[in-house]
Formats: sequence, C-alpha cells, structure tokens
Amino acid sequence: MAEFLIETIGLPSWLSWTAIAGLSAFLILNVIAGGALVFIWAERKIAARIQDRLGPTRTGGRFGWLQSLADGIKLLAKEDLMPDGADALLFRIAPYVSFCASFCAFIALPFAFDVVGQRLNVGVFFVVAVLGLEVFGVILAGYASASKWSLFGAMREAAQVVSYEVPLGMCVVVPVMLAGSMDLVTIGEKQAGWASNWFIFHDPFTFIIFWVYYTCALASVNRAPFDLAEAESELVAGFHTEYSGLRWSFFFMAEYGSMFLVSALAAILFLGAWNGPVPVSQLLGLSDGMAADAPYALRLLGCINLFLKATAGVLVMMWIRWTLPRLRIDQVMTTCLKYCTPIAAAMFAGVMLWQLFLPGGLVAGSFQNAAGVREGWLEQSNNQESVNEDALSDIVPSRRIVEVSR
Amino acid sequence: MNHEAFGLSANLFAFLDWHEFFFLLFAGVACVAAVMVVLSDNVVRMALHLVLSLGATAGLFFLAGAEFVGAMQLMIYVGGTLVLLVFGVMLTAQTQLVALRTPAGDRVIAGILAAALLAVLVQAAFSIESWQKPGQGVATAPTATPLGMALVGVRVDQVAEENLVRPKGGYLLPFEIVSVHLLVVLVGAAYLARAKRRRVPRSVDLVASADSTKPRSPVAASSTLVAGGPK
Repeated sequence: MAEFLIETIGLPSWLSWTAIAGLSAFLILNVIAGGALVFIWAERKIAARIQDRLGPTRTGGRFGWLQSLADGIKLLAKEDLMPDGADALLFRIAPYVSFCASFCAFIALPFAFDVVGQRLNVGVFFVVAVLGLEVFGVILAGYASASKWSLFGAMREAAQVVSYEVPLGMCVVVPVMLAGSMDLVTIGEKQAGWASNWFIFHDPFTFIIFWVYYTCALASVNRAPFDLAEAESELVAGFHTEYSGLRWSFFFMAEYGSMFLVSALAAILFLGAWNGPVPVSQLLGLSDGMAADAPYALRLLGCINLFLKATAGVLVMMWIRWTLPRLRIDQVMTTCLKYCTPIAAAMFAGVMLWQLFLPGGLVAGSFQNAAGVREGWLEQSNNQESVNEDALSDIVPSRRIVEVSR
Repeated sequence: MNHEAFGLSANLFAFLDWHEFFFLLFAGVACVAAVMVVLSDNVVRMALHLVLSLGATAGLFFLAGAEFVGAMQLMIYVGGTLVLLVFGVMLTAQTQLVALRTPAGDRVIAGILAAALLAVLVQAAFSIESWQKPGQGVATAPTATPLGMALVGVRVDQVAEENLVRPKGGYLLPFEIVSVHLLVVLVGAAYLARAKRRRVPRSVDLVASADSTKPRSPVAASSTLVAGGPK
C-alpha cells in the first residue's frame, strides 16, 4: 500500500510510510475502542435479559444504544483520585501498560487475507507472548494502589495468568502443527473452503481442544467464572478498587480488547478464520480459491466474517459470565492443573498420532492431506524467500515496521 | 508528480530515516531503563524498568528482522520478569524491604564486573568493519521455519545452498538433550511443590497455620496473598 502511494501518487517515501503506519494504528485503535463501546452496551443488555430485566432503554432513543457513549462522557468528567500512600508513577502508568499490551497484540492479528498491521512469520507466538504481558498492568496497579484489596486481586490474577499460559500454549500449538506454520495468515488460508476444512472439525481431538482453548482464554482474560481478580463480593473491586475516571476506563478497554483478541484468535486458529462455512465466492466463480488474487471487496467480506465469529465468541463469554457462579481460587487452580493441562497434553498427542496415521481423514479426500500441507510449507518458505529477494531491490528501510497490505 | 509540493518538507525530512529513528529509540530506551534498574531502590520499580529494557531489546530484534528471536525475548525474558515482579510485590508488600540498600562492597564488585563486560562489548562492537541495515545485503527471510526444521534434524538452508542429497543432521541431539533436561526440571518442581499429605491436608489449613506461626516465611505469605488472606 505504501508502494502504491510512492509509485502512483508520487509521495516521498518517508511520508507514505508515516501515513500508512498512522492509518493502521488508527484503525486498530478504533477496533479496540469502538469494540469496547459496543461490547459494554451488549454486556449490559445481555446481563439484563438473563436477569429478567430490560437494561438501558432510553439513551439514544430505542434500546439505549448510546449508553456506553454517555458512560464514557461521565467517566471523562469524573474526578481522578489517587490514594495518599500510592506509588504515584506506577499508579499512573499501570492502566496504559495494560492497554498497550492489548494494542500491541492486535498489530500481528490478521482481519482478512493480508489485512494485518504487520504480517509476522511467528504471528501466533507473538500474540500469545504479548497477551501474557497485559497482567503487568494489573500487578502494577495492585501494588501501587497501597490497598490490600488491590494487592489481593493483583496477586490472584498473577497466579491465574501464569498457570493458565501453560495449557493455553499447548492448545495453540495444535493448529500450528496442522497448518505447518506459525503465520496467522497461512493458518487462516489453510482452512479455506467448506466448513469441514476448519481445524475444529479436523478430527475429534481438535474438537475437544477447541473447548479447552476457550476455557483457558476465558481464564487468561479474567472473565467470569475466572474473575477472581475483581471479585466484588470479597475484594470490593480487586485491582482497580482505587481507580476512577479515565484511568479506570483504560483498564476496561484493555479487558474488552483482550476478550475480542482471544475470540478472534480462536476464530483464526479453529473456526476457519475469515473463510465462511460455504465457499460462496468460489462457487460463484468470483475467485479461484487463491486468496492472494482475490479482489479487495472479498477481503472486506472476509473482515466481516472474522468480526462476526469473534463477536460471537465475545457474546458467549458474556453469556457464561452471567450464568455461572465464580470459582474459588483453589477450584481455578484445579481446573488448570488437573483438567485443562492433562486434557490439552493428551489431545496434543492424539492430534499428532492422527496426523501420523490418518493424515487424509477417515473418509478419503474429505480433509486436506498432511503431505500437501508439508509440501506447501516448504514451497511457501521458498516463495517467501524469493519475494524477499525482490523486496531487496527497492530498499525502503522502514518496510518492516508497518505494512497494511500488499 | 508532486515532488515540488513536498520539496520543502522533503528537504526538512531528508535526514528522517524511520529505521534509524526506531533503532535509536529502542536502543536509547533499553540503555536508559537498564541504568534505571541499577539506580532505583524499589524492587517493583526495578522490575518495571527491567521489563522496559528487555522489551526495547525485543523491539531491536524485530527491527533487525529476527521475528522469532524477538517473540522469544518477549515470551521468556519479559514474561520471566513477570514472576520476578510477583515476588518483588510479595516481599515488599508487608515487610521493611520496600527500599533496598546495597552494601558498598557489592557496589565495587558489581562495578568491576560491569566495566569488564562493557570493555568486552565495546571491543566487539568496534571490531565489526561495517554495520548493515536489513535490506542492505543482510538476509531478511523468515527465520522460524528453517530454525524449526534444523531443530528436528534437517538443515533446510543447507539443502537449498548446496543441493546435498543427504543433508547434514541439524540440532536434533542438542534439542533432545535440552527437552529431557527441561522435563526433569519440571518433574522435580512438581515433586518439590506437591502437598505433603500428612502435615497439610487442605490449603485452608495451610493459610491458618501460616497465620499462627510467628515469623512469616515468604512462601506462607504468598499462599496467604493468593488465597485471599485470613478472614
């Protein structure tokens, strides 16, 4: 895209790269902030319906659809308080640490084929690594608040996130193994075609491991029934007890951002990414199934597809939150260490054996065969090398920093 | 087409090279944060500065095109500092360890060590004839796939280069040794951390007994923190 600006419009290269970087940062920021607005409203409506209430009904006419905007204005006008004994510097930066971690993970998250802030060769790895950093903000907030409730909440969250990273990592490795790549774009493309190509339907083991992943993702973003860090019945509000106003809302933007992120990751890894259940465009002859040649309109449809899937994941999280009671800390640890981790390990071994002995699936030709995947993998790495050699000819040093699409 | 319109700003920004800008930014953050680690006396702030420094180093790796190493840096070093931070919070939350004082003797030893390391690094840095950016002769190909293949025993890079019929074995043996070593460590950790059945039947009792004893060990304090404290 930056090449387009340089070659067609004739902008100088530094300006094009700055513009493209700014544009993608702006878009990602809007996904997080806009998503938070919509999801907070949805959460209130869903909570209300589950509890046999109406929820917000008046703000903005029908359905109270402007409620979160009104809440945002209220938060802006709120007094920003800081406890006397607080560590001022850490207290101030803690919300931004959380938010930055959430934002950084979105950089490597593809929304459709090549619609990605920066396509990383190790996308899955990067997203999972950065997602684990969000807890830094929570621990800093809990420590800096000089309040025992905050400290208890932060310590619980730290214990929970550190232990749930183990089964989460194991679940994430399975689609990586099936696709033969850590590149999220490649993983998504491997699931093109009918819904039977989605990794969740690849074999019985992946079907089970998807639910393990969802449980661990729920725990790693601290949603109920794993929301011990902000257990309001015992810890007032947990790590954000002492926060108010805009800083508090940054924590919430980070939380809703991560909810969307893990749901989108679930969609990419298991639910066919941006491919619909029926390859409509392929059946209509609009594309030949090669996403690289697909017109931009189709990529936009892919974006909508992924957004729908990720939103469905977030809505299920809300449904769970308002249905299940909160777990105790020992129950949380039991779920992780005695159930999630062994199940994930066993399913991982199962998928490995399945790939070894039944690479074509039970019915011949119904799934992608592993040999094709492996060949594609090697071939693809060669292609990428040649592409990179081409790229060497037009040296633009900042091409690695941000690239929206090709 | 519009080069004249942007002529002035192009002149102004002719020196603006985003790669160098980000290199200087990340390198500066890494150095300043590293110095702050030494200068601050609060364990939690030290951990925060360490995170900043290591994160900036990860940024340098990404800038150099080594995405796998960069993600590794984030996962292992920055994530590992998280545990350090947790222990820092646990230690400083209730005792008088809030401000650390380093004895003068330790300062001298640390100074000598740091000066020796700096001398080696400076010597190494200036012994390289010419530094190159990615895209100037340095390969920027994806690194994860060849690395992974080499770890399971196939040097893909050598196959491509030398057209070997039987490629040399990669790093399968070291990889296996490290895996078995890590497995032993995990088993040992699980053995050490397991509940001693006869003394402590339930975690609730652990918290209660931790309260009744006079001096609080860090482990007991930590379990109290996680379990939510005495009622």
